[in-house]
Amino acid sequence: MSTWPILQVRDLGKTFETKKGMPVEALSGVTFDIDENDFVCIVGPSGCGKSTLLRMVAGLETMSSGRITYRGEEFLRSRKEIGMVFQEYSLLPWRCVLDNVALGPEFSGVSRQEREAAAMSFLKRVGMESFSRAFPHELSGGMRQRVAIVRALANDPDVLLMDEPFGALDAHTRILLQKELLRIWENNRKTILFVTHGVDEAIYLADRIMVMSARPGRILDMIDVDIERPRVRAHPSYGVLAERILSILENETLASFS
Amino acid sequence: MLKKLLARTVIYLLVPFLFLFAWDFAAERLNNEVILPGIGQVAQLFGQPTDSLISMGSLTRNVGISLVRVLAGYTIAVCLAVPLGIFMGYYGTVFRLLNGFLALFRPIPPLAWVPLVLAWFGIASLATLFDVRAGPAYVYLNNLKFSMIFIIFMGAFYPVLTSTIHGVSGVRTTLIDSARVLGAGKRDIFRKVLLPASLPSIVNGMRTGLGVAWMCLVSAEMLPGSLSGVGYLITHAYTMARTDIVIAGMISIAVVGAFLDLVFRMVEKRKFAWTRLTR
Repeated sequence: MSTWPILQVRDLGKTFETKKGMPVEALSGVTFDIDENDFVCIVGPSGCGKSTLLRMVAGLETMSSGRITYRGEEFLRSRKEIGMVFQEYSLLPWRCVLDNVALGPEFSGVSRQEREAAAMSFLKRVGMESFSRAFPHELSGGMRQRVAIVRALANDPDVLLMDEPFGALDAHTRILLQKELLRIWENNRKTILFVTHGVDEAIYLADRIMVMSARPGRILDMIDVDIERPRVRAHPSYGVLAERILSILENETLASFS
Repeated sequence: MLKKLLARTVIYLLVPFLFLFAWDFAAERLNNEVILPGIGQVAQLFGQPTDSLISMGSLTRNVGISLVRVLAGYTIAVCLAVPLGIFMGYYGTVFRLLNGFLALFRPIPPLAWVPLVLAWFGIASLATLFDVRAGPAYVYLNNLKFSMIFIIFMGAFYPVLTSTIHGVSGVRTTLIDSARVLGAGKRDIFRKVLLPASLPSIVNGMRTGLGVAWMCLVSAEMLPGSLSGVGYLITHAYTMARTDIVIAGMISIAVVGAFLDLVFRMVEKRKFAWTRLTR
């Protein structure tokens, strides 16, 4: 069809203004391509603008310079083909699980019957159909994030942006959800762009890891993860890769202090 | 289990009973029904709530008239304050445009408006507006004086406005962002995110507003041209040295106010269970 990568980011820059009117450069000259079905993780020191980058791809934040294209098409506002899962709790607390999952189709005008049936089938895929009438406050943190992921999938996006979705969960739940996310990704073949500050998480999940610098955020390195799936954390290359990424980040953090 | 329940009931009722006991004891010692009538005397008035008192109509009739007045002023206040609050809470520019101005009037007690309100409206009522001069419609409409409605309006307006602004501006941006990413338009965001998310705060403000409106009642009904209502009943009974009617009026105000509050509390408890989730 076309030779365009699914996402293309060129020379992206973002400058904020502080309350006192001082300009702060959060991102500068960010350029990368994402291919169809790729699982890319973004790691970087905190405050490096990785969340800002994701929000710009989601169309939630304006860009100061550069260009983002989806299959070769430039866009400025949020679009259905690009879904997002947030770190913070993002379900509508007054709606039950089913009505939350059906939200995307509801916004695009699908009839109640159809969207509820679709939402139900998505819930079944993660074994959560018995919770369809539960309210978010009745669920644990891990369950809520699972519903948030299902809600994004129910809108049938091609690209899924994830902004530290497991950051607020305990270690055990996090590992469970990582496994589940990989299962979903392998079954649905989505393209995923995943922000994390956990190097371990990035190596466990990603095909490629994008390492970013301290503010203003630039891309320091793009590392391919050549460990066969399903991955085990005891694999020898695992530690080597972690050491390599951590040393890049360490140098970067030290440099930002001097 | 039963013992526990009994102990709890006793705890709840202990202080009120001590109060009633002290009241009756003091009334008996004073033996002056203008200063402090006995409980029995006041209770008797509630025994026949539909009997006409001091040629002013019954207790229930006056409470009913007051209730209609409060609801009229309150409804207008809610209808203005809620939409205004939503716009001020969502659009920073609208907030900056109006907040300074509105804050100027906030500290003025509703009662301080009385001279101005009388100069503007005098004893004009809805009957004047619709040009009704006689008949039962006249009696009914003439009870709704503009001056009273204005005072009650001023009492209810600010609590509703403040909590609506607070509710809308407190909606977490993640909720709005996540709806936007799922394809919500501006209308969807208003109707399906912003409004339901701020509804608990709005209803809470409506509850406070109704309480304040109800408290403004006595001052509003002391205005010239008033010939009915619990507030007027109290002041009129005072001039006739009928302290028992004064107290009966006060108790009616308390009971109706508490009942209105209870209705709101029940709605809040049943509809907004999800607000327990804060994260």
